[in-house]
Amino acid sequence: MTSLILRTATRFLLPLLLLFSLFLLIRGHHEPGGGFSGGLVAAAAFVLYRFAFGAAEARRALPVDPRALIGAGLLVAVASGSLALLAGRPLMTGLWGRISVPAFGDLDVGTPLLFDVGVYLAVVGVALSIILPLAEE
Amino acid sequence: MGMAIGVFSGFILALLAPGLYRYTGRAAGWALALLPLALTVYFASFLGVIGSGETLHVHRDWVPALGVNLSFTLDGLSLLFALLISGVGALVLVYAGGYLAGRPQLGRFYAFLLMFMASMLGLVLADNLLTLFVFWELTSLSSYLLIGFEHERAGARAAALQALLVTGGGGLALLAGLLLLGQAGGSLELSTLLGRGDQIGAHPLYVPALLLILAGAFTKSAQFPFHFWLPAAMEAPTPVSAYLHSATMVKAGVYLLARLSPALGSTDLWVGAVSFVGGITMLAGAWLALVQSDLKRILAYSTVSALGTLTLLLGLGRELAVHAAMAYLLGHALYKGALFLVAGALDHGTGTREVDRLGGLGRAMPVTALAAGVVALSMAGLPPLFGFIAKELSYEATLHAPAAGWVMTAAVVANVPLVAAALMAGFRPFLGKARPTPRPAHEAPPSLWLGPLALAGLSVAFGLWPGWGADGLVSAASTSVLGQPSNAQLALWHGLTPALALSAVTLAGGIGVYAGRGLLRKATSWWERAAQWGPTGWYELALNGLNGLALGQTRLLQSGYLRYYLMITVAATVGLAGYALVGRGPLIVAVSWSDLRFYEAGLAALILLAVLAAVLAKARLAAIAALGVVGYGVALIFVLFGAPDLAMTQFLVETLTVILFVLVFYHLPESRIVSGRAARWRDAALAAAAGALMTALVLVGTPENYPPISAYFAKHSVAEGHGRNVVNVILVDFRGLDTLGEITVLAVAGLGVYALLKLRRRADGGGESRADQAPARATDGLPQEGPAGEAGSDGEAGSGERNRSVPAAGIGEGEGP
Repeated sequence: MTSLILRTATRFLLPLLLLFSLFLLIRGHHEPGGGFSGGLVAAAAFVLYRFAFGAAEARRALPVDPRALIGAGLLVAVASGSLALLAGRPLMTGLWGRISVPAFGDLDVGTPLLFDVGVYLAVVGVALSIILPLAEE
Repeated sequence: MGMAIGVFSGFILALLAPGLYRYTGRAAGWALALLPLALTVYFASFLGVIGSGETLHVHRDWVPALGVNLSFTLDGLSLLFALLISGVGALVLVYAGGYLAGRPQLGRFYAFLLMFMASMLGLVLADNLLTLFVFWELTSLSSYLLIGFEHERAGARAAALQALLVTGGGGLALLAGLLLLGQAGGSLELSTLLGRGDQIGAHPLYVPALLLILAGAFTKSAQFPFHFWLPAAMEAPTPVSAYLHSATMVKAGVYLLARLSPALGSTDLWVGAVSFVGGITMLAGAWLALVQSDLKRILAYSTVSALGTLTLLLGLGRELAVHAAMAYLLGHALYKGALFLVAGALDHGTGTREVDRLGGLGRAMPVTALAAGVVALSMAGLPPLFGFIAKELSYEATLHAPAAGWVMTAAVVANVPLVAAALMAGFRPFLGKARPTPRPAHEAPPSLWLGPLALAGLSVAFGLWPGWGADGLVSAASTSVLGQPSNAQLALWHGLTPALALSAVTLAGGIGVYAGRGLLRKATSWWERAAQWGPTGWYELALNGLNGLALGQTRLLQSGYLRYYLMITVAATVGLAGYALVGRGPLIVAVSWSDLRFYEAGLAALILLAVLAAVLAKARLAAIAALGVVGYGVALIFVLFGAPDLAMTQFLVETLTVILFVLVFYHLPESRIVSGRAARWRDAALAAAAGALMTALVLVGTPENYPPISAYFAKHSVAEGHGRNVVNVILVDFRGLDTLGEITVLAVAGLGVYALLKLRRRADGGGESRADQAPARATDGLPQEGPAGEAGSDGEAGSGERNRSVPAAGIGEGEGP
């Protein structure tokens, strides 16, 4: 499993794949993608890294415990749904606002996007919580 | 709005309490008590408004589709409870700081107490039945945490569990009852329901709803035969006993009865059931209190009796009885809360709570003795204390009850031992000869006598000047319970009435019983042995039965073999879905081969070939690779038919699945055929059935048979979901709650797998209790074949025990050999 080509390629692929996963997450509301597939890509990126560099390196590359990601994901998802309560709307009502970003024009941002971030984190956490311990030497 | 903030501020402070304790240390109790103190002032500021007959209401949608709302109402009954909860809460927080000083987990204790306070406030303020239920369960939960606070002791753990099971079981009945009540009354809002008493009483669901709600109220308020959890809950630290198990939480059932009596209380069934159970509890609790020797248990049983009295009075349900109930509720919270705090101070100062080992402490602990004496007199029902007014009223009410002779006699027979219990708890430790105690007696610090003294002061003040607050409170609360304006007109002196004569008889009898209590205890020494056949014994029988049932069905269902789980899951799906499909009647199957493209046919052929390869492959890796081809092929079909989201997810899931399979198989022994010929045919048949079902579902899933719902989503996606990707908008917005449920399931499953993997690792590495299993590395908790010895038999005999350690790890380590 110590192919030089794999290791060199992975060094570049990890950040690229992570960026791609974020890209999927963000574009998901309008184009194919979303938190679930984004999370799977991110998990796959770390799995690739683990095969290229071994379990110890992979643990160093991932700065948090995957289980913490699970909790964080659920928390973000619940929090995004609860924001509506604070605004006097029923639980899980999507709240939307429009912000204008220079060079991009007007962007709709809302709590469902935050919810998708929660899905993303939970999926990454679950996938890595299962795969990384299995792949330990 | 202020009300909701009042409820939730307690939860927020509970989160902050451990940190605050770390910084402020000993002063934490005083600092934290500021919140309940502020809440007391806040609620007290409504006395005038509520007293004039108004009610305050705040409403906020929660899950409007289910009729669940965060709505709160403040009326007289809520106000009485809210003041007790926040007022006693402030005193108890201060007390806890002194009582548990230096305990390492005191910060956590504060957090639990505050969580309880907030839950209880939510309970008495809630206007929506389901909101009420949520807070109801939260009080049971915080009670569990508080009873089990000293969790190193097995006794505390068992008592906590017992209280949780009894009140939690009642809680389930309550939930069902509340939902039925909502059906009968056509609303889940109390403010609406309370005006529909006639409609509810005539509804066919009335009787089941009433019985279920009573089950909830009776378990919570420790009514016979569910009373036993309350004395057992004395395992809790004393501040908890004073606060939860005397002044507030155990009265939640009484609160519910009072709250719902306008909606439910108009029938004979109500009067009969509620007053009968209340009466039995009143009698049983009072006499059981006498045979106890532990101060806290004496008080616990007398609390059971008081709860019975309250239930009895609410069962009678006339104006006078409701006045008496509300006054008794207030008076009891004041004197019993104080007596518990005194018992704790005695325990703290001397090291024992055994009433026979305490004596002559009046000199050493003068302030505590003063407070104890005053509240004990209130409990015994002596003027000019508030307890006297309450007792007079309740006698007055029994004299006007239906079957007055019986009810009145029962009340006197119950009150006589309560007088004796008051003397035992409030006088006996302080009078007479000093006795040696485990610790030299010393006066308690101010934090420990502030609470009893304040409550004693209120007992005097309310007794001497009932117009100063108490009358307004009791009248306002009675107004809520009766559903019409009512004035209690509390007064110390009613003239020479029959009730006064009953009070005198009770007092004389109580002193007599107190003097003869030694004889009494000797005469009832058989009680200890008989008690195991009583409700506590029933509880244990039920618990053992439940555990046995759980164990039996676990053995039956949790074979520990993944293949059986898969088989059952697939067979159940095929059976149920197939049944539903056949039950739909004739469905149109429209297949047209004309528009089949050549590459689609090629893809289908590829998938079929891969399936064949997966089934026939000898090596595992080949089988996995073939399965991967199937998965990618299906993803390609999604691409061809315009479902890019589905395709992408399928590709990703397939990739990770293949990796997962490879990793898992890497840990398993060499592949070999372990199933016999018959088993393989059975598996093949099941697999074919599953495939046939899926095929049938796809074939009939046409717009002709089932109108598509996608048009709705497509239409509203941009307008309401602000997104052009309909799939994603469905996932995160339209069906967001489903997704939340799904990621929660995913999270639980992920953590479960993680735990199983790590457990095996420790078992492998540690080599302690499971060293004998090390050779059988097959205990992976993963898709696996049984150990070699079982090859060909396809049964569980022989090696089943070893394999069972897989599910056992998730069910309870303690059961293992």
